[in-house]
Amino acid sequence: MTTFLGMPAYAPRGVGQLRGDEPFPQAARTALANPQLRRNLQHATTTIRGKSGRVIAELPDWEELRSAGSALKAYTMANLPRLLEQLEEKVTAAGGVVHWAADADEANRIVTDLVRATGEKRVIKVKSMATQEIGLNEALEAAGITPVETDLAELIVQLGNDKPSHILVPAIHRNRSEIREIFLEAMPGVDPELTDEPTVLAGAARRYLRETFLNTSVAVSGANFGIAETGTLTVVESEGNGRMCLTLPDTLITVMGIEKVVPTWQDLEVFLQLLPRASTGERMNPYTSMWTGVTPGDGPQNFHLVLLDNGRTAVLSDEIGRQALHCIRCSACLNVCPVYERTGGHAYGSVYPGPIGAVLSPQLTGVEDNASLPYASSLCGACFDACPVKIDIPAILVHLRNQVSHPRAERAAMAAAAYTMDRPKLYARAQRAAKLSKLLGKRGRGLPPPLNAWSASRDLPAPPEETFRDWWRGR
Amino acid sequence: MRIALFATCLADTMFPAAAKATVQLLERLGHEVVFPEAQTCCGQMHVNTGYQKEALPLVRRYVRTFESCDIVVAPSGSCVGSIRHQHAMVARQAGAEGLAARAEAVAGRTYELSELLIDVLKIEDVGAYYPHRVTYHPTCHSLRILRVGDRPLRLLRQVRGLDLVELSAAEQCCGFGGTFAVKNADTSTAMLADKMRHVLDTGADVCTAGDVSCLMHIGGGLSRLRTGVRTVHLAEILASTENGGPA
Repeated sequence: MTTFLGMPAYAPRGVGQLRGDEPFPQAARTALANPQLRRNLQHATTTIRGKSGRVIAELPDWEELRSAGSALKAYTMANLPRLLEQLEEKVTAAGGVVHWAADADEANRIVTDLVRATGEKRVIKVKSMATQEIGLNEALEAAGITPVETDLAELIVQLGNDKPSHILVPAIHRNRSEIREIFLEAMPGVDPELTDEPTVLAGAARRYLRETFLNTSVAVSGANFGIAETGTLTVVESEGNGRMCLTLPDTLITVMGIEKVVPTWQDLEVFLQLLPRASTGERMNPYTSMWTGVTPGDGPQNFHLVLLDNGRTAVLSDEIGRQALHCIRCSACLNVCPVYERTGGHAYGSVYPGPIGAVLSPQLTGVEDNASLPYASSLCGACFDACPVKIDIPAILVHLRNQVSHPRAERAAMAAAAYTMDRPKLYARAQRAAKLSKLLGKRGRGLPPPLNAWSASRDLPAPPEETFRDWWRGR
Repeated sequence: MRIALFATCLADTMFPAAAKATVQLLERLGHEVVFPEAQTCCGQMHVNTGYQKEALPLVRRYVRTFESCDIVVAPSGSCVGSIRHQHAMVARQAGAEGLAARAEAVAGRTYELSELLIDVLKIEDVGAYYPHRVTYHPTCHSLRILRVGDRPLRLLRQVRGLDLVELSAAEQCCGFGGTFAVKNADTSTAMLADKMRHVLDTGADVCTAGDVSCLMHIGGGLSRLRTGVRTVHLAEILASTENGGPA
């Protein structure tokens, strides 16, 4: 074993989906012009906010649960190496095999080799953010292995040759007529008379998936929790398709981000109350699957756990930013975010969209590769209030903004403003209306770039006759 | 009571009516208002845009200017939010532990206007008269950083002649967000469009709030579309009496 010395690495470029093709403001502009997207997002986020708010209000100890979740995550991050080794020991003792993947490339190689070794040409997949993050499907396809997404929404995304736009509802940007067209185009054996009735569409997916479940011997999953104390892995889902993948095949390969470890079994009492209420607005999660290694004669007989870093250790090294690793992927912050509600997930360029994506993606990739994301927020604070584990997302956004290299002109303007504001006499002179009028022009239309982005859609009032300061002096 | 006014740079420069109204209201209620002239800006724009280092002198300036005052009031939830939740952090991260402790002490004596009236001066009916149909936008930082709750509404409900109409989706951001409105102008405008729609749906003549920054944004949109709806700071409504509005 070698000892690693040096700074932890970021998620590598050229693999996976943590970086967008264009900066957020440009990508957002495209999304904002899509009325279907705006309508779907507005409807979906409003509905889920209402539902989640109602079931959270039922719990008298919600705030205490949030604090407990936050404390458990902070403890976990402070003890991560020990807990991961404990998890490895317990999984191994229970008949599983543990693999350590430093980054996306290594994780993809490990999973691809494991599938190859089985001789299987197709794998069924449980909805998983980690495998989307590392681009596992693309890596498997390159190796001649066909991955089949079995979460209904994820299947829609996959068949549509599309990208997920929400952590929990990856096809939130699609409507039912689009889904019908995607199924007709890409679903093997689909009924050509397919209608766009939701039950008919779900039935078509069900027929296709059932057949696939029964004829595939390898499954790939992510994990919501990995319990160090017992070596038990947990997947939380709503459809039961995940459970089919986790129980039917001979071989199960689970890719888990290293931050998903929890110390003890009892810790789930907190997280399994927080997660469903914050995410889908359900009191209890519908399908909670748990397994510990392998059980002879029951379920997969070969179990592999791939522990994924891919930039997480780099996040952990940042005192303020590391809170982002507390995320339990509930997507409550997306559903309350006024920016996400209008731009949708694709604008963020990463599999992690919304407020949590804006703090997680730049930290996983290094801030220079996602420099526009820390600014993709008005700092309204709704995400912080909604987060079931109390991640102070606005504070991390502000922290990351301090690490971005700023445009030269902006840097000069900010320095000049700070200089002036630290000199009250100079400041008072700069304030005087005459000078401002010249700068602002009528209704602000004389503003120079980039400030004219303001006056493109908003008037500025005429500067006052006198500043408050002058009025005060003259009283 | 002797109350120091922190006018905030934006109100001082662009919206002096809000700061004047704060003075007139507090004087009408029998208090003495002072305006330490060494004050400029709380530094929030610098901190939130990623220029924390540049904000340090502004934090120091705020602390020095106001640490001799017993009570400070600002007509802005956002600036008070920054003073209370960012000043000490900025100082601490710069290694200025002494300044951080002083900043915390001053922040503890700095109030947003509705907090000052209700929590410190214990008054809900300030004797105001404002015969208009008004809707209230609870700005994000008043709501979620300061937690002013319904304090502004309690003050508005006591204003004679005022017809208060509820704003739907009130708690959603108007899209201002400081430099967000420029850096992400399209998204900001999309948020503003929805906020304006809700304001117009109320049929109000006036949209009020506790921050001139958010009002500048909402008002800028309402003006561009020639809706006829005005934005007026809470202080200006509370300062209005039967004898007329604030000077």
